[in-house]
Amino acid sequence: MSIPVAENLSTGRVVALIGSLALVVAPHAVRIPLWIALIATAVLILRAVLAWQGRGLPSPRLLVMLAIGSIVGIWLSFGMLFNRDAAVALLVLMLCLKMMELRSLRDAVVLILLGYFLVITNFLYSQTLPMALYLLGCVWLITACLVAFQYRSVAPDPRPMLRLSGLMLAQAIPLMLVFFLLFPRVQGPLWGLPQASASALSGLSDSMSPGSLSNLSLSDAVAFRVEFDSPPPKPNKLYWRGPVLWDFDGRTWRGGDAAPRVGRDIETAGTPIRYTITLEPHNMRWLFAIDLPAQRLEGALQTQDFQLLSIRPVRARQRYAMSSYLDYRYGANEPRRNLARALQLPEGFNPRARKLAADLYARSSTPDEVVQSVLALFRGQPFYYTLVPPELGRDNIDEFLFETRRGFCEHYAASFVFLMRAAGVPARIVTGYQGGVLNPIGNYLIVRQSEAHAWAEVWMGDEGWVRVDPTAAVSPMRIEAGIAGAVPAGDPLPLMVRTDSEWLKRLRFSWDAAANGWNQWVLGYTPERQMQMLQRAGFTRPNWQNLAVALMAVTSFVTAILCMLLLARLRRRVPDPVLSPWLVLQAKLTRIGLGPRPGEGPVHWSDRAATALPAEAADRLRTLADLYVRLRYGRDRVKGREVAELRRGVRALRV
Amino acid sequence: MNSEIRPVLTAIGRIILGKERQVRLTCACLLARGHLLIEDLPGVGKTTLAHALAKALGLDFQRVQFTSDLLPADILGVSVFDRESGAFKFHPGPIFSQVVLADEVNRATPKAQSALLEAMEEHQVTIEGETRKLPEPFFVIATQNPSHQVGTFPLPESQLDRFLMRIQLGYPDATAERALLSGSERRDMIDELTAAIDPAGLVELQRRVREVHAAPALLDYVQALLAHTRRSADFITGLSPRAGLSLLNAARAWAFMDGRSAVLPEDLQAVLPPVAGHRLHAANGYARLSSDDLAGKLIAEVPIP
Repeated sequence: MSIPVAENLSTGRVVALIGSLALVVAPHAVRIPLWIALIATAVLILRAVLAWQGRGLPSPRLLVMLAIGSIVGIWLSFGMLFNRDAAVALLVLMLCLKMMELRSLRDAVVLILLGYFLVITNFLYSQTLPMALYLLGCVWLITACLVAFQYRSVAPDPRPMLRLSGLMLAQAIPLMLVFFLLFPRVQGPLWGLPQASASALSGLSDSMSPGSLSNLSLSDAVAFRVEFDSPPPKPNKLYWRGPVLWDFDGRTWRGGDAAPRVGRDIETAGTPIRYTITLEPHNMRWLFAIDLPAQRLEGALQTQDFQLLSIRPVRARQRYAMSSYLDYRYGANEPRRNLARALQLPEGFNPRARKLAADLYARSSTPDEVVQSVLALFRGQPFYYTLVPPELGRDNIDEFLFETRRGFCEHYAASFVFLMRAAGVPARIVTGYQGGVLNPIGNYLIVRQSEAHAWAEVWMGDEGWVRVDPTAAVSPMRIEAGIAGAVPAGDPLPLMVRTDSEWLKRLRFSWDAAANGWNQWVLGYTPERQMQMLQRAGFTRPNWQNLAVALMAVTSFVTAILCMLLLARLRRRVPDPVLSPWLVLQAKLTRIGLGPRPGEGPVHWSDRAATALPAEAADRLRTLADLYVRLRYGRDRVKGREVAELRRGVRALRV
Repeated sequence: MNSEIRPVLTAIGRIILGKERQVRLTCACLLARGHLLIEDLPGVGKTTLAHALAKALGLDFQRVQFTSDLLPADILGVSVFDRESGAFKFHPGPIFSQVVLADEVNRATPKAQSALLEAMEEHQVTIEGETRKLPEPFFVIATQNPSHQVGTFPLPESQLDRFLMRIQLGYPDATAERALLSGSERRDMIDELTAAIDPAGLVELQRRVREVHAAPALLDYVQALLAHTRRSADFITGLSPRAGLSLLNAARAWAFMDGRSAVLPEDLQAVLPPVAGHRLHAANGYARLSSDDLAGKLIAEVPIP
């Protein structure tokens, strides 16, 4: 059995609605189970074909069975837990099934309202600027569909509908801003949603083995963005301290059991540089800062090896102000236990490297000489810096030092620290980021995952812990000019760090500046910022009641302004010299209940009104009506004298 | 009231009782050089009206009864071989008269209908490759029976558009009917009727109708009416530009008959129901409204600029 479709749902409109709603659902396609995505696609295509061929729709009984089947299927897929994903999957399925019920204007409106709701559900998953722009486009399209369904006549041209829809959205912008700024906010990201914590996010980890950092370098995801209060330091000073690694098991370096810092064995020189970091979520606890962080942070602890650890893993974008000293000396009184830890090496690995270290130790008298001779070794022998190093086996330090000699910063740092320890100099690996790209458009520094770096710190007695970057010995360009300048041509590099074309670079910078602005001002508009703004607006002790009052007041104000603008557009016509006295006359008679009826012409109206007036006034009214009709509709040119006469007559008429 | 038209209306009014408005509309239609469609039941005086009009204006009159076997040649005429002259001789059909009554036009096949409608539109007919002018003035009154639609070919919308006006006559009121019943035979009265005007005079009147002034303010009103039908959700299709022109011309004739040299909003409103009624189609909710009601709704909804 099939049921015919109402006439005003023309093919074009139905197909346009299907297309617009498909665009709304599209971002969900990868998030819902595959079977639902397939069913949804099939139903949408089938509905479009039915509309195209002008065929009827399936019977309600079939649809009820399909709906029950879908609910059972969702229950099987998600189990008893009715969470966000299950709700979205159910909504998508029901939207598609409702499509099969699209028979009347009412159904279309229901579908469109459901479409608006689905637009919102997309923000549960992604709140990026591109997604916001995409969904804005979707709202524009479905609003145009809503407009289109209000036209009963056949109107194949979609442009006026799109224009009207766009105009409506534009008119909504002031109210949108008011609500954004003033609607009482809840703590957390947009709508206080729990972020998907299991999702894989790239970033540094608390261990390092050959290949782990070079893999990270292939990602152009942003690690964090930095705004400096003063001009940023030179690139070779930009060492962003992250995990510090102590323990080596022959293949992997590990950190861990970081004790909080106690005491104060730090000497500094110069003034600290101040900056603000906006850290992207990476699900780990590290907060990055330039060596050497000069202050403590609320909600974070500082370990004795100067890592900054957040109390909780960083699951949402976080903004913090920091300051750092570039000239410093620390760790001269390092506890013995730590120095012993900075010397331990596993037995039975890398015999050739141990022998080399023993030779160096024998030839040198101070730790500094050992350091210099190893750096000279890296400089002197044919070592290459590359993002795609060869695979290494069990004795990876040996193989790297004596055979392949091609490696990324982790290889250099690891073998350097190994040689130091083998030569009796306490050393450890520091991982983090190095450098960053200044975005001239927003005037902030972007640090990407591709800037991940590993370097070494050696302990030199009274000097304390001293940073040594063996990568700088092999490839000074890496430190001075960033990763893109250091990697040989032909090596894979993430798109975002390439330097080939100037306009592409500008475009990337503009885009990043826009995304950063979005993060800072839209997503980062927290309850605290809202309260700050209210304080600046004059509320001494702002609370949500203030907000509600302000919201209502500003909303009424904005609505009134909009109404006045629209009214002014209606009234903008130049007043007609003949018409305006006539309107005055009509108003006069309307006051005594003799105004014109809807659509009543001047002759009919004046005749009718005249019969209800005293004789003299009736005569005057008839004369005025004759004059008006002659002036307004007559063939002769309008004479100023007659217009004046009309105006006088209207003024003189007493009723 | 225009002094040249008044005697015509008086003369017809003596025969068609109680239908002043319809008679006036018929005259306005003729003066605006349009054609008229009367949709009504048999026996309410359609033929009498057409005949009386022709007689009062001094025009010759032909009536064609449309049937399902009517051929275009029955309307337009046919060439027959003349044995004496040895050549084909054209015998003009009933269309070659100044007033043509096409009775029950929906009974004929679309082919015969279109022969009539093309002649109406072009004021000329082409038969066997030869174009022949129709007489001036030329006025077609077609009638259509709204009920008993079995075996008929209702005129499609595009053809309806060719008629300037569509009117209904309706039953006469009690007084008029009493007078009708007690009076003498209508046919005899028509025969006794004398022409109040000659064809050349009528053509002159038609020319003067075209000169009636339509002020910018009035054109604004016409446009507002048209725009409303196109924008409003209450109508399935809006009025075409041709409908707008028809409205204006009919209003000119109405104003002229009222003895004025310029069109007033009231003139537009007076001719709006018969001119726009058959061109408008109400959307779902208003399907039950008659064309008069629709026009009334339109007038009430559009403010006069």
